[in-house]
Amino acid sequence: MKEAFDVAIVGAGPAGTSAACILAGAGVKTILFERGEYPGAKNMSGGVLYGQELARVLPDFAERKLPIERNIIESRLWYLSKEGGYNLGYRDAIFATERKHNVFTVGRARFDRWYAEQARQKGVLVVPGTVVVDLLRDGSGRVTGVVTGRAEGEVTAQVTLLADGVNSPLAALTGFRREVKPEHVALAVKEVIDLPAEVVDQRFGVSGGNGVTTEVLGDIVGGMNGVGVLYTNSASISLCIGANLADFATFKLKPYELIEEFKQHPMVAPLIAGGKSLEYVAHWLPEGGYDTIPRLYGDGYLIAGDSAMLFNAPHREGSNLAMASGRMAAETVIEALERGDCSRKSLADYGERMAQSFVLQDMKKYRGFGPFLHHHKEIFNELPRAATFAGREMITVNGVSKREKQKLIFRNARKETSLLKYLKLLWSGWRAVK
Amino acid sequence: MHIVACIKQVPDTTQVKIDPETNTLVRAGVESICNPYDLVAVEAGVRVAEKYGGKVTVITMGPPQADSALRQCLSLGASEAILLSDRAFAGSDTLATSYTLAQAVNKLNATEPVSLVICGKQAIDGDTAQTGPGLATWMDYTQLTYVVEIIEVADGFITVKREVEGGTEVIRGKLPALLTVELELNPVRYATLPELVRSLRQEIKVLGAKDIGGEPERYGLKGSPTSVKQIFAPPPHGGGKVFETASDSDKVIEDFLSTFFEKESSILSEVLSSDGSDHAQEQ
Repeated sequence: MKEAFDVAIVGAGPAGTSAACILAGAGVKTILFERGEYPGAKNMSGGVLYGQELARVLPDFAERKLPIERNIIESRLWYLSKEGGYNLGYRDAIFATERKHNVFTVGRARFDRWYAEQARQKGVLVVPGTVVVDLLRDGSGRVTGVVTGRAEGEVTAQVTLLADGVNSPLAALTGFRREVKPEHVALAVKEVIDLPAEVVDQRFGVSGGNGVTTEVLGDIVGGMNGVGVLYTNSASISLCIGANLADFATFKLKPYELIEEFKQHPMVAPLIAGGKSLEYVAHWLPEGGYDTIPRLYGDGYLIAGDSAMLFNAPHREGSNLAMASGRMAAETVIEALERGDCSRKSLADYGERMAQSFVLQDMKKYRGFGPFLHHHKEIFNELPRAATFAGREMITVNGVSKREKQKLIFRNARKETSLLKYLKLLWSGWRAVK
Repeated sequence: MHIVACIKQVPDTTQVKIDPETNTLVRAGVESICNPYDLVAVEAGVRVAEKYGGKVTVITMGPPQADSALRQCLSLGASEAILLSDRAFAGSDTLATSYTLAQAVNKLNATEPVSLVICGKQAIDGDTAQTGPGLATWMDYTQLTYVVEIIEVADGFITVKREVEGGTEVIRGKLPALLTVELELNPVRYATLPELVRSLRQEIKVLGAKDIGGEPERYGLKGSPTSVKQIFAPPPHGGGKVFETASDSDKVIEDFLSTFFEKESSILSEVLSSDGSDHAQEQ
């Protein structure tokens, strides 16, 4: 195609579309490519988004008919064994009023489509159904645009933003990011269970469009390094469970088996009872952490979102980091275009902005979290078993004295694993997240 | 040559459900697509224009959301797109729809005379195959249905191959003509990037009842003699009876046979007794 653009963006997910909105807002001529039939057609996410970051891109998002599923007023954390588990939660009325939209659930197929429509209204040329298959480079190796899979499909741009997600064929082809290793990604499967809104309200004790998120740890992933989540949507529940891809290979487990067992867990089954499965999807999550982040910029290009392995595993934040990185990439590009210099040196500002923001600071803080989980599988095995034993003993009233019960619990815990191991676990756990 | 392709935006029927209580189609959350037969029609029009010169105008009657289907047609090479959208058109059956389309074609005729109108054989949601022939009738155009090949357009005539019961026939008709086309007529192209970009940017002309004239009582519900009495999903087939063979196999076979022959137990007993006697004779 003969027409030239200031910026070409690959991928209309949260990262690419955030960047596109900000660029177009500053009058930068932007083309946004999406390989799906429409933005949102090809992705998967548990479905949690954060208002503060969205407001930095679209301050008036609430007035723009944002397709929210439920506004989250309570976060629960479950620690489960096979038969039962602990439930810790925090609910606060402030999240329904003053801090509304702090966290909310969305259906990504609808949200991404809506988000891209906002970008289009700001002047972005959104091109769906088009795969970017390669990058254009000049003699010096500088990225000068993209090559799409369509006829006459080359588009030149002063800067190219790569936001095509974790599973990027472009990355493999062009080498802008090292190919993902199995231990650096989680494979997650998600099922959406259809239930009437009133039933979701009753089962989670909410009303008025509010909802609950539940993060699930423990013996639910066959001893692998993994987690589950359970999110409320307006008239459905999203169930998601996943584990490290390398563990799947080692443990020879199948993702659909995990989710089937998860659905039958005594804590989960009553919440989804009577519901019909609406959709079943699977995706990778870039959970390799800080040390797997590629170089974020180069001559004529930047990388944002999942493409850059930006994912805060302990807090399950991905879309948030994607949006923030897209925003910072756009801010960098606007200044670089004003300078008329889109070289690596000029785009280095992106690295600076990212390093000073919560994005890289959070990822750095949890640098050791992935390896910690990888090396301490007792979190998914012995620990939940010992915890279940403790819970059961304490709650069972059978004439045994409480002191005797304490002794029993302690003895059982020592049987599961040694005292030294518990101390080590605590120590390295603290070091991984401090 | 000015070619008009008529299209319809339809729900993706692989997803359509019927509300068991109201007996109406549940369209909420169902993706809309351009009727596949109509994409073939647009492609055919573009091919004729490319071969003989001319341009293709795409027309649809529908709600504002039909915009996306029209853009898809533009990306295939149509030059212009017209959306006929007006509250007055709501509730149209095939008669009113073909009348509305005819008024639009009449309007085009005033400035750029139309030589060829191409429609899909039918829409995948209604399956009536009436709108194209209806339009040909209103316009008094040569009507060529179930076209599988456009052989030649020359000297004011078009020659096509059409599917008929038990075979095909080749016929020649005078222009202006209306074709309804089968899927095998031609594959639909994958738009080039410049054409796709043009389709995303181009303005779509929206026309209402006042813009195209015509008699108001022929539009929409008023102009529609057809009314849908009921829509229902056929009752699901019940599962067959299972005969457990684990326990007493003789009894299971007897049960099976008696169910198989149902009330005709007399036949069953005859079969059983004759079988027994045959057996004895063999011994």
